Amino acid sequence: MTREEIVTTLKSRYSGQIIDFLDKSKSRIYMEIKPESLRTIAAYVFKELEARFNTASGVDNRFHIEILYHFTIDSINLLISFRVKVNRENPVIDSLTSVFKGADFIEREMHELLGIEFTGQPDKRRLLLSDQWPEGVHPLRSDYKEWDSDAIRDRGV
Amino acid sequence: MAKTIIPIGPFHPLQEEPEYFSLTVEGETVVDVDVELGYNHRGIEKLSESKTYDQVPFVVERICGICSTSHPYAYVKAVEDISGCTIPERAEYIRTIIAEGERIHSHLLWLGLAGHFLGYNTVYMWVWKLREEILDVMEILSGNRNNYAMFKPGGVRRDIREEDIPFVIKKIDSIVKTLDMLKKAILDDPVLHARLKGIGILKREDAIDYSALGPTSRASGVAKDVRKDAPYGAYDKVEWKMIVTEKGDVFDKVVVRVLEVFESISIMKSCLLSLPKGPIDANLADIVPGEGIGVHEAPRGETFHYVRSDGSNRPTRHKVRAPTFMNLPTCKSTVIGAAIADAAIILASIDPCYCCTERLAVCRIDGKRMMNGGELIRLSVEKTEKLKKEMGRR
Repeated sequence: MTREEIVTTLKSRYSGQIIDFLDKSKSRIYMEIKPESLRTIAAYVFKELEARFNTASGVDNRFHIEILYHFTIDSINLLISFRVKVNRENPVIDSLTSVFKGADFIEREMHELLGIEFTGQPDKRRLLLSDQWPEGVHPLRSDYKEWDSDAIRDRGV
Repeated sequence: MAKTIIPIGPFHPLQEEPEYFSLTVEGETVVDVDVELGYNHRGIEKLSESKTYDQVPFVVERICGICSTSHPYAYVKAVEDISGCTIPERAEYIRTIIAEGERIHSHLLWLGLAGHFLGYNTVYMWVWKLREEILDVMEILSGNRNNYAMFKPGGVRRDIREEDIPFVIKKIDSIVKTLDMLKKAILDDPVLHARLKGIGILKREDAIDYSALGPTSRASGVAKDVRKDAPYGAYDKVEWKMIVTEKGDVFDKVVVRVLEVFESISIMKSCLLSLPKGPIDANLADIVPGEGIGVHEAPRGETFHYVRSDGSNRPTRHKVRAPTFMNLPTCKSTVIGAAIADAAIILASIDPCYCCTERLAVCRIDGKRMMNGGELIRLSVEKTEKLKKEMGRR
């Protein structure tokens, strides 16, 4: 499929699910979708369009938690970023691990760094933070404050 | 038979970076594997939010001692994606030269380590000796062996001097000769065939399912390379071919990396020979609000950076995804079912990022080298003798 065909197919197939569409440049597309349709659209893009899952990046923009799921269709050099916005107080989104295994690590990372709950994610253990890190403190949240006043810090040379 | 758990790491002579693998074995067969990360988590994404756009390349350069160009390359591409500027052609060529030099030394580093993991230390010594030569080339081009500090949003920081080019080309030509010999010695070695063929097979569908990257996926027949699929730098201006093999075992990963070194040398050479004249910096104005994505094919696979700007002089969010992050989970499909003796090389076959920043100082006075290799060996022997004597006295 060419780039234009993919754009029109996505627009017509998921017309009710797409909130915003930004054709940024020749190789970059940003698409904001409804959170409940994430799994269907991701499965379509990964399985039918044979896209590669790059990664996901969570952003706390003070009003919402935004998650961007980046997919690349290498054959036509197109990077599609699906943006979902979830409630900041209680961020919940479907896990993509049932669609492809590559989503496992990044969901665990976002779970601890931003406090996003992934429904259907079988592995809830920590990936990066230490065991001493308190529950409910998420370092990439915009309102994060240093919690450990006794910690021995790098003396900085 | 009872199940036994064999821990590898977090600190282990074979894993030079802290990483914990717990292998569940039945007899000698691995039946389950679990990875624990985070021993080296430094919070660089958070740190990056407190640095200006020009400072961030220095931070991301230190994510990894080996991929010290890959992260800045992906980062500056992300920033340039936000501002939409074009880079001078000479800067694109210089970036390509540095990135390929890094690929050569990184692949050679892995090849040496792979030999070391197998107890084949001859390969280790040979390859690392050869790697020194390419590090010398990088020192001439950038002033540093690692952490080249060449990249900035909008261009490069340092130009390549015309008078250095003939020497560099002579040097990489001599590397090709030694490498040819090494390639035959390694790829035709019956011991390595017996040891590496048919183990740690990553199937094509698994490589796709895990979204594995770089040589790890190309060895499994996934013909994807950012340099070909989304050309940047000078990659679409010079001739080179993507190396893809089909079997996906450890031996194929060796083949891909060894052959890629030859391609990298040829890219480097053609870029040096056709280096266009002109400025090396686009002098970027302030970064507009927006978001950008930069990808670069690092030695281990695609490095992915996402940067968001709110119009100030610092990024509000900077996401870094290193290739090992996607490649590491593939151990679930490669190690399970393997013999415990093969586990170390299979886990190492994805080339997990190792840090290597050792360097030897050569003192110069008036441009004259004070010590050569033989003299340094003599110095080292003398020092050992001295220490022996001192210890004997105590």
